[in-house]
Amino acid sequence: MTEHEIVIIGGGPAGMAAAVAAYDRGVKDVVLLDREAAPGGILRQCIHNGFGLHKLGRELTGPEYADVYRRQVEERGIRVYSETMVTKLTPDRVVVAQNRSGVLRIQAKAVILAMGCRERSRGALNICGTRPAGVYSAGTAQKLMNCEGYLVGRRVVILGSGDIGLIMARRMSLEGAKVEAVCELMPYSGGLTRNIVQCLEDFGIPLYLNTTVAEIHGARRVEGVTVAQVDENRNIRPETGRYIPCDTLLLSVGLIPENELTRDAGIPMDPVTGGALVDEMRQTAVPGIFACGNVLQVHDLVDYVSDEAELAGQGAAAYVQGMRRESQPLQTAAGEGVRYVLPQRVHPDADGDVSLFLRVKAPYGRVRFTVRAGDEVLATAVRLRAAPGEMEKLTVKHDKLAQAAGEITVSLEELQ
Amino acid sequence: MKRNLTCIICPRGCSLEVTIENGSATVTGNACPKGAQYGADECTHPTRTVTSTVRVANRTDVMVSVKTATPIPKDKMAQAMRQIRALRVDAPIAIGDVLAEDVCGAKLVATCPIQ
Ligand SMILES: Cc1cc2nc3c(=O)[nH]c(=O)nc-3n(C[C@H](O)[C@H](O)[C@H](O)COP(=O)(O)OP(=O)(O)OC[C@H]3O[C@@H](n4cnc5c(N)ncnc54)[C@H](O)[C@@H]3O)c2cc1C
Ligand code: SF4
Repeated sequence: MTEHEIVIIGGGPAGMAAAVAAYDRGVKDVVLLDREAAPGGILRQCIHNGFGLHKLGRELTGPEYADVYRRQVEERGIRVYSETMVTKLTPDRVVVAQNRSGVLRIQAKAVILAMGCRERSRGALNICGTRPAGVYSAGTAQKLMNCEGYLVGRRVVILGSGDIGLIMARRMSLEGAKVEAVCELMPYSGGLTRNIVQCLEDFGIPLYLNTTVAEIHGARRVEGVTVAQVDENRNIRPETGRYIPCDTLLLSVGLIPENELTRDAGIPMDPVTGGALVDEMRQTAVPGIFACGNVLQVHDLVDYVSDEAELAGQGAAAYVQGMRRESQPLQTAAGEGVRYVLPQRVHPDADGDVSLFLRVKAPYGRVRFTVRAGDEVLATAVRLRAAPGEMEKLTVKHDKLAQAAGEITVSLEELQ
Repeated sequence: MKRNLTCIICPRGCSLEVTIENGSATVTGNACPKGAQYGADECTHPTRTVTSTVRVANRTDVMVSVKTATPIPKDKMAQAMRQIRALRVDAPIAIGDVLAEDVCGAKLVATCPIQ
């Protein structure tokens, strides 16, 4: 068994930013473990631009954004173990990993979980029909195209209007494929508005809302799909069925935080986010284990991933340096119109202001968010619109928080 | 003439209303000056940054990701893609290396390193 002060599991943007932040807070013995051949995580396949506008003030592509952090990791001499798969984590922070040279067992003083998420697969979806070749998850298709140069199809239907589906609609159109339609089960798109404009409208690709793929046709290769509308309970209305010939179906039906290690370590989870329950420094309920990035909550903007990872890195460094918070944390809760709030608990004596991240339940026009503890209003914010696909950030001032008592709830009301 | 569009400069996605009179555009609905610029440009001469990949000739199954260093006219995207697809480059490549001098008026640069 070897020993390290901080072990980070996952070398995507979250893992790298956490490593740099922990190092800069004075903990120099940080190691980063990643199962891929090089760090960067999902960004390595996201060759489109739109990364870093908030955090770095420049618009970069995914690989460029990853490279900014890779350099920071390298400059600090932080050790990266690539092609190293973590297979086990214990609550007392023993990390077991495997690579070509064998099994590594590391006793860490603090652990940061940054494993990202994976795509929901078709098995989890239950579409009728045959199981021919030509059905891909959008992320797999993205990796095949962007990293290996393999065009997965020529005539495409995409199920799901999340960002990955939208980005792939553009990517395949640019490569000369015909994208027949993007179908979305919900009455609204789960993707960023800018992606609907740049990826669908620019290419004249129709977006069908309240619509799903009812059946897949084809023996060896996909020959077509039947799309149909759904009612308000999301049941298929068979009479609306319509056949679209295609050779490829891409599924972009959501991401699931990759938390097998977390669950096996007995770390308490939030059933809504699919990630661990954390405090404002992203410490889980198991002392010394932190989490950040997509493994904690699915992010649409990498800029927020990096911010969150910096908190986790700083929190882990402080933990290693022996700092413990004595105050009793306050729980947070989602009120009217809000699906979840993260962090799920906040120390009233936290250092500085605390940002609360949340998602709304449905699309709204102008709204006011209110953060309350008991009858006390801690913060309010007005937004011109709010959508489930766009994460909101609300900041509670330090002095307000210091006086707060009871549960902290966030709710929204629609304004005229 | 009036046009409603969504600003795509940043993820906030403001709803813009652009009025064009005598060739000059006035924009409302933008939360910052970038949106006014975008709205005016989008109605007079829309542009996009194109990102894609180029095959690396001296490596097996390796692609280098690329982008146009500056946005190009939106209606030239297909032409740019034809040019990019025909290209072959040799590793090693560093981020920012210019792989083609003129793709529809922009330089084409590498966005990932290839050893
Ligand atoms: C298709 C797509 C398009 C996007 N577009 C944009 C955009 O335009 N703008 C924007 O700002 N954001 C965008 N995002 C969001 C942003 O890229 C992600 O939120 C961000 O990359 C998440 O970072 P992460 O480090 O949490 O996870 P990841 O990048 O997924 O990294 C996790 C890493 O952990 C490793 N790992 C997992 N389990 C283990 C294990 N057991 N052992 C070892 N290693 C492990 C994985 O291999 C991976 O390298 C997009 C995301 C996707 C998927
Ligand atoms: S107007 Fe400004 S704030 Fe609004 S979307 Fe455009 S760039 Fe973003």
